[in-house]
Amino acid sequence: MTNKDYSNKIFKFILKISAIVSFSILVLLFVVLLKHSYLAIKTFKLKFFIDTTWDPVFEKFGALPFVYGTLLTSFLALIISAPISISVALFLSEFANRRLKEFLGVIISLLAAIPSVIYGLVGIFVLAPLMREYIGPGIQKIFGFLPFFQGSVYGLDYFTASIVLSIMITPTITSISTELFDAVPKSLREASLALGATKWEMIKISVLKTTKVGVIAALLLGLGRAIGETMAVTMVIGNVPNISLSLFSSGATLASVIANEFTEATSDLYLSSLYYIGLVLLLVTLALNLSSKILIKYLVKTK
Amino acid sequence: MKKIIKNAIAAVVILSNLIFAQKVVLINGAGATFPYPLYSKWFYEYAKIDKTVNFNYQSIGSGGGIRQIFAQTVDFGATDAFLTEEQLKQAPGKILHIPTTAGAVVLIYNIPELKGKEPLRLTPEIISKIYLGKIKKWNDKLIQTENPNVTLPDKNIVVARRSDGSGTTFIFTDYLCEISAEWKNRVGKGTSVNWPVGLGGKGNEGVAGIVKNTPYSIGYVEISYAIQNNLDYAIVKNKDGYYVKPTIESITAAVEDKAKNMPDDYRVSIVNAGGKNSYSISGFTWILVYQKQKDPIRGEKLVKFLKWALTDGQKYCAELHYAPLPKNLVDKVLKTIETIEY
Amino acid sequence: MNRKLKDKIFQFFIYLSVSIVSFVLLFITGYVLYKGFSSINLDFFIRLPKPVGEKGGGMVNAIVGSFMIVGIASLFSVPLSILTGVYLSEYKNEKFANIVRSSLEILGAVPSIIIGIFVYGLVVYPMKRFSLLAGSIALSIIMIPLIARTTEEMLNMVPTTIKEAGLSLGIKNWKVIFYIILNTAKPGVLTGVLLSLARVFGETAPLLFTSFGNRFWHRSILDPAAALPLQIFVYAISPYDDWNRQAWAGAFVLIVIVYILIIVSRRLVLKYK
Repeated sequence: MTNKDYSNKIFKFILKISAIVSFSILVLLFVVLLKHSYLAIKTFKLKFFIDTTWDPVFEKFGALPFVYGTLLTSFLALIISAPISISVALFLSEFANRRLKEFLGVIISLLAAIPSVIYGLVGIFVLAPLMREYIGPGIQKIFGFLPFFQGSVYGLDYFTASIVLSIMITPTITSISTELFDAVPKSLREASLALGATKWEMIKISVLKTTKVGVIAALLLGLGRAIGETMAVTMVIGNVPNISLSLFSSGATLASVIANEFTEATSDLYLSSLYYIGLVLLLVTLALNLSSKILIKYLVKTK
Repeated sequence: MKKIIKNAIAAVVILSNLIFAQKVVLINGAGATFPYPLYSKWFYEYAKIDKTVNFNYQSIGSGGGIRQIFAQTVDFGATDAFLTEEQLKQAPGKILHIPTTAGAVVLIYNIPELKGKEPLRLTPEIISKIYLGKIKKWNDKLIQTENPNVTLPDKNIVVARRSDGSGTTFIFTDYLCEISAEWKNRVGKGTSVNWPVGLGGKGNEGVAGIVKNTPYSIGYVEISYAIQNNLDYAIVKNKDGYYVKPTIESITAAVEDKAKNMPDDYRVSIVNAGGKNSYSISGFTWILVYQKQKDPIRGEKLVKFLKWALTDGQKYCAELHYAPLPKNLVDKVLKTIETIEY
Repeated sequence: MNRKLKDKIFQFFIYLSVSIVSFVLLFITGYVLYKGFSSINLDFFIRLPKPVGEKGGGMVNAIVGSFMIVGIASLFSVPLSILTGVYLSEYKNEKFANIVRSSLEILGAVPSIIIGIFVYGLVVYPMKRFSLLAGSIALSIIMIPLIARTTEEMLNMVPTTIKEAGLSLGIKNWKVIFYIILNTAKPGVLTGVLLSLARVFGETAPLLFTSFGNRFWHRSILDPAAALPLQIFVYAISPYDDWNRQAWAGAFVLIVIVYILIIVSRRLVLKYK
């Protein structure tokens, strides 16, 4: 009898240790980030996010250009990706047969698995020249009067970065949305069809309306993914810490400035400012993920 | 299946440890992209000469070289921006600047209409105004006047500069400060500055890449990068009014003009040199080492390499478009290298 | 007719979206394979990089480096996260389990560049060296939430009847969990491992400040090491045509490895379900 007690206890102990280690990594993460960003936090406090100057020579650091770049590219990516991702998800749940669903499922997982640096590579050598030669000037011919499309198109700008990001977040939004749509009971669909609805009307009433909250959660997760994306963005955004209304301007994001300048931050304040940016990036990403989880919990509760 | 994976991992680890069990010392350095073509050639050739050591150099910019040598995560740093008095005081130990070569920062441009024609002529005023954002078009009066034999296009100038901490930037902005009071007051000099205009490229490689791929652009890079990538570069009017092409001779002329006032620690700027043949935007590049080496084996191999670089290594400079150091300077530097303790 | 028109437009848009997504995937894959294939030669797989600007040379140190960094990362993360996953599944109602589950969810959402600066501050800076080891630690932190969560999910899918059967035969609890339940869930758990391998094989950002890169061979795990995605990045942003060519070759190798891992893991999941 005692033998059984011991071995089970030991086993549970080992399991608990593993869990503790996993948990401590997160704690350590916050500790290290806070420790290294402390200097910048003390020096700049919250003004950090309103200041537009990023000047390593005079040691004045303001993160607004990066916040702007991150928000602009991520939201634009979401706007581009959302209708497409949701449509694909609808296709998978409402139109596709089993084989097609499986086949498209593979395509989506592969798209999700392509490393960021390869997206960047294709972005530099395929998308940027296309932008510069054809798409940019094309857009300018029609919409050039708008402030969003002013200026020469060099190919490495907010617009290119947003398009690359939109491709990268599509699998995330699609896969979650597909699951949500699949979960809608058949009866609900049949009810609206029986009342004479067209397929689009059936989808609008029975599927989209009921899964609205979940889809928003999926979009939030996609947004979170876009905000933290580093390599592909760094390679196509131009790396200029400025703020411009034109989508054809080069810019920088919170993640790209860290990637570009971290190993070269020559002073303690410089490095600390980059850690401060990292801390903020982390908090924003977590906030989005948390909101997404809360929405999903709400969804489950109201079922 | 799990077993297979575990066994494969174990095999790779064991095998690689066997392969690497030879006693080859790895010495790590990081820093300037300015001399990277020369350094990478040096390390490649030196690995054949002394098979007991490999030098791993990561070209991350002078800012990175300074940062990492201060943090002591590398054995040596490399920079074209010499340390200031303040920085020297902040270092955890005494750091020596070992000059290795001198190079030229050239203004590369990509103007399709000018391809294959004479190089563009630029004055200091034009260069500073372009980078201040005051001259916006290629066919601006100032540029056209200096280049009467070509018709410049009516296109916007796409300016490229560095997005990382760069010694090349330091040399270039040092030059801009010397020739433009406005630049000096508004922007200043440094490895990283608050640029009024410009697209950011990472490393000399990044700037060369932008100019190569973007029509009607201009950028500043070390001459090696211009030549290796078939990029056109400009002739610059120097302090005494002569238009000088960046060549090994004109870099050496700049070195000799300014080296008259060479301090003992070799921290000197050679921009805006005078004389008929000096190229205005030249600069030394240095390797940063601690005078007291922590590790005797690495220290010894590092010193051996530095001596080789200053003597036999100099023969690789010319073919890569760097100026070999003049003999009297080499003698002085070799004596400094002798003071490194390990 | 208005309604019918709306319906047709809507269906058109759906088919358009599906075509766009399929086209993008096929284009990217095809383009990488095409550019990469024409750039690959034997040298690429067996030679070290040549000096800047010279043609030729290869990425053998980066390919081996990637395998080693990922391999050692797995040594850390796989046992640890599987055990954590078992804990979360077995004791799912304990308060501590909920805390761990939430922290893993949070950890899984951290952008990989932040993991990079974290491990720089934790390992590289105090050790005063960039190293393969630091790179492995960074990658293992990315792998842990993925594997732990998948393990927990897969274990939960094992019917309780199996556990009850084992216990009723008088087998000790821990043996039931370890030998019977885990074994049953093996294909599912393996899927999680393969997916996380696919993910970290392509990660660049966390390696920028940890394993740093190496033009030669690393001599031990305490040296900086080259890695495939890192090398692709450096070569892609450079102006040298030969380096750009090698970047495509590297991308080809990388995408093939990642795709194989994904496809194998999908097969396993289907078999399991």
